[in-house]
Amino acid sequence: MNNLLLILISAMVVNNFTLFYFLGLCPFMGVSGRVETALRMGAANLFVLTITSICAWFLYAFILPAAPYLRLISFIVVIASSVQIVEIAIKKISPALFRALGIYLPLITTNCAILFFAIQSTNKGYGFIESLFYAWGAGLGLTLALVLMASIREDSELVTVPEVAKGTALTFIIAGCLSLAFMGFAGLLSAS
Amino acid sequence: MRVTTPQQDFTRGIWRENPVLIQMLGLCPALAVTNTVVNAIAMGLATFFVLTGSSLLVSTFKKLIPNQVRISTYIVIIATFVTVIDMTLQAAVPDIHKELGAFIALIVVNCMILGRQEAFASKKPVGRSLLDAAGTGIGFMIALLILGTFREILGSGSVLGFSLFGSNFEPWVVFVLPPGGFLTIGFVLLGLNAYRKRRDERATALSPAVPQEEAA
Amino acid sequence: MTEENLTTDTAQDAPPPPPQQEEASPLRLVLTLGIAGALAGFLIVFVYVATLPIITANKAAELREAIQLVLGAPDQFDTLFVVDGELREELDAGQAPEDFDQIYPGYRDDGTQIGYAIQAAEFGFQDVVRLIFGYDAETQEILGMLVLEHKETPGLGDKIVKDLAFVGQFVETTTPVAGVKVGAGTGAENEIDMITGATISSRAVIRIINNALERLNPMIDAYSGGGSR
Repeated sequence: MNNLLLILISAMVVNNFTLFYFLGLCPFMGVSGRVETALRMGAANLFVLTITSICAWFLYAFILPAAPYLRLISFIVVIASSVQIVEIAIKKISPALFRALGIYLPLITTNCAILFFAIQSTNKGYGFIESLFYAWGAGLGLTLALVLMASIREDSELVTVPEVAKGTALTFIIAGCLSLAFMGFAGLLSAS
Repeated sequence: MRVTTPQQDFTRGIWRENPVLIQMLGLCPALAVTNTVVNAIAMGLATFFVLTGSSLLVSTFKKLIPNQVRISTYIVIIATFVTVIDMTLQAAVPDIHKELGAFIALIVVNCMILGRQEAFASKKPVGRSLLDAAGTGIGFMIALLILGTFREILGSGSVLGFSLFGSNFEPWVVFVLPPGGFLTIGFVLLGLNAYRKRRDERATALSPAVPQEEAA
Repeated sequence: MTEENLTTDTAQDAPPPPPQQEEASPLRLVLTLGIAGALAGFLIVFVYVATLPIITANKAAELREAIQLVLGAPDQFDTLFVVDGELREELDAGQAPEDFDQIYPGYRDDGTQIGYAIQAAEFGFQDVVRLIFGYDAETQEILGMLVLEHKETPGLGDKIVKDLAFVGQFVETTTPVAGVKVGAGTGAENEIDMITGATISSRAVIRIINNALERLNPMIDAYSGGGSR
């Protein structure tokens, strides 16, 4: 259990997927602006990560040993299919949520975070449960970064920003400060 | 559809529609592997290879690919090139391959590449597609070089591993760390915005005076 | 007239679509993907087969270099597999080498054993630190240490690689290793001065070595005491 918690906390804050590994930047730059949307985006990502974790583990355990070079292509197929499944599921369960997420849902397919997760999980040789905890750590970390950025941007709309900094320049500098703050989490998990 | 010259197809991707700095595509690798210039060059070359190879194949076979499965086919083509370059790098330059790590595989989800296939290579002849891909690839490389040079000089005091300032230089370590990636591109964009703003102001000042200018 | 402008259907403005944009038959779709997949597979397998020997050779060379460094240049080395709590020279049929931890006894030309090269990895400051160290079971001393992989902070934690004075301390240190802050040590044989400003990374290296030895010492004793299998 100790090991699993370590994996989860490590992926969530110490090596946050967005603020440490620069993954999931397209939604990070685009969706952020409203905390509601950020939460939903994060939840959708978490769901896709969970499905990907399960499918990737099966692939890794049973099919890839025979053909390791097919890892990339098979993972892409798994991710694209997972996103399709999530899309259909959300459409059925909550059409309002589906409309709110709009174009961002299919874009999860090209979210480098999901593919990075799958590759890292197999590189580190995680088992089924470990991979799930890694997925949840990654998903929670992505959501955390999205929500933090969204809330900061919500507030920044109320202040005067220099013309040259408006838009993505400001978002990146804010992200840099967030990333700096998260560096404080390093060393959290070291045993003495 | 606008008719463009071959030269325009090539130069457009290099600066005016630079994939990273103007279109904001391919940000993940642009920030992740630019902590040294060597890594930036390696990633730039790998992406160039995948981009031109994919554009070549997509453009050659565009008539044979049915519309409904075109995205899937493009992805299969791109993923194949990425797998090939991944294995080649691992065999040829194992140290650099270890530094780039999983980010080589992430080239396949670089929206820039899929975007080029969808917007250009699937509709234009092979020659033009190659020019477009080459231009975009070079633009990507230039953006990476800018970021990488900044980060390595400030963060390690060196370029390509060669120390620039001697041992008394106290490196600004944050620039080779993740926050530095974000801050570097933030400031580069800041500079770009300032430059464009000044250029636009100068252009409007030179053009025939418009009544609103008096109030401004 | 205005209604035409308001419709979202712009097909009137676009040139007539070329013939191949018509609905393709399912067979055509499957065929296209199938052929693309097959060609892709063929190319990948080709490059895989071409590069595999080089990649394997690189990995073996890297390991060999590391063992040379930490065991003080042995003339040859073997591989022992850790299977179910004991050391074995060979695996049973059906067991893959990658699934088991390995340690490497190194020998001089005259057959005498120098020690064991042991790999271990645990969480450091930022992420997992992987290292290899040489160990002499008779004198219970470390013969050398080399960090293979790490993600520690450049300029601070990465001194566990770059600070050669730190790395050099591990030679002829008795075990279990104890880390002490600079100036606070008593001069004992098993003390290592930790790097100022990188205490956690230094401690991680020491902890990794101690934990690995705690795990492996009983197995090594059993293996060398009971004779070779």
